[in-house]
Amino acid sequence: MRITVNVNGQDYEQEVSNRTLLVHFLRDDLGLTGTHWGCDTSNCGVCTVWLDEVPVKSCTVLAVMADGHRVRTVEGLANGAELDPVQQGFVACHGLQCGFCTPGMMMTARALLNENPDPSEAEIREAISGQLCRCTGYENIVRSVRWAAQFEAAAAQGSARADANADPVEVAQ
Amino acid sequence: MQVPAHFEYERASSVEHALDLMGRWGDGARLVAGGHSLLPMMKLRLARPEALIDINDLTELDYIMVDGEELAIGAMTRHRDLLRSALVAEHYPIFRDAERVIADPIVRNRGTVGGSLCQADPSEDLSAAFAAVDATAVIRGSGGTRTVAVREFHTGPYETVVGPAELLMEIRVPLRPGGGSAYEKVERRVGDWAVAAAGAALWLDGDPGSTGTVRDVGIGLTAVGAAHFHAAEAEDFLRGKAATEENFAEAGRIAGAHCEPSADQRGPVDYKRHLAGELTARALRRAAARARGSEA
Repeated sequence: MRITVNVNGQDYEQEVSNRTLLVHFLRDDLGLTGTHWGCDTSNCGVCTVWLDEVPVKSCTVLAVMADGHRVRTVEGLANGAELDPVQQGFVACHGLQCGFCTPGMMMTARALLNENPDPSEAEIREAISGQLCRCTGYENIVRSVRWAAQFEAAAAQGSARADANADPVEVAQ
Repeated sequence: MQVPAHFEYERASSVEHALDLMGRWGDGARLVAGGHSLLPMMKLRLARPEALIDINDLTELDYIMVDGEELAIGAMTRHRDLLRSALVAEHYPIFRDAERVIADPIVRNRGTVGGSLCQADPSEDLSAAFAAVDATAVIRGSGGTRTVAVREFHTGPYETVVGPAELLMEIRVPLRPGGGSAYEKVERRVGDWAVAAAGAALWLDGDPGSTGTVRDVGIGLTAVGAAHFHAAEAEDFLRGKAATEENFAEAGRIAGAHCEPSADQRGPVDYKRHLAGELTARALRRAAARARGSEA
């Protein structure tokens, strides 16, 4: 079937097999390998992308189901050369170790902060509860998301912009 | 790499179109909504439909509203929206309880209420919750619309009364004042299917502040082989009795005795019976606290 999917703001028209999963369409057909492919069973969440602004596990969505819809992947997170605050937070707080879960974690974190700009640690942990970090680096992932929240709050107030290389912001208990 | 076998893909643009496509494809077609049960089954070749009819465009079935004396929940309502609905939480917190422990937030973004009921997995949580509140399923076919009590909806594991050319449209839950409801689940790890779970809805008579008498009660059980996800014998025992800890414990014991769990990797039969009883008592306790207004 011929499908048209808008990925990160760009329309892609491609012929796909009905049984092609969205994760493979993104990685193999479009070459967007930032989205990782993990467990295949909708457990691990490394393949999380946005489908019309909503995070979904792309191993459990068919590419044909995305026809006519918008998809956002980790490649679409940065604004040109400027990293998204979530990405900056992962840099500042050492939010990744092996990096395999990172794209999915960041897509979920971005969606969380769009809905809830000041999430508590418990709310962050709940939001990423469908995603596994095999390095068990959850502490720093949570810190990274809090860092991004505080960065954006500071930016919104027009105060001094946080430096991505600064020491990690203390996470409120 | 796990991918489904070949199938034809159709996308329905309206309820009528979906019914038309189902009529054309017959037994070989399956509807797909969120797809978080069906697609994994297709990857494992546990399901191998000739055609998938995608109903994700049927946004007219995505709603939660009060309609007359009933809460009406469209079949395409995503789990996330049922969890977040203030209207649902106000009338039936059992659904908020259940949704909080269904899979994980990303899966709940995609999975649907109607899909969960029609998948009819014996470990699925909403079936017991809807059985507890005595909901009604509205089903549409080419010949018109019919209603079936959720307590008669499931005909076996992965089987329901919905025919191959029929579509579950909505679930209707009667609004009855003076009640409380709750859902209690034990799983091996966060986001897993239940080892066992119980849902209860309770309506009390009596002065505010008193223990009260059980005017009516509904009890649903998940993953323990209860017929239609329903604990009728425990309900019969409790109706008209004082809403006390002792009676809740006895209702739990009856519920545990009448279900038929299977031993599997989640536990042996006696453990599951114990859980069914204990979780029934806990759900009744919390439902009663909510009916008395002493717990949110």
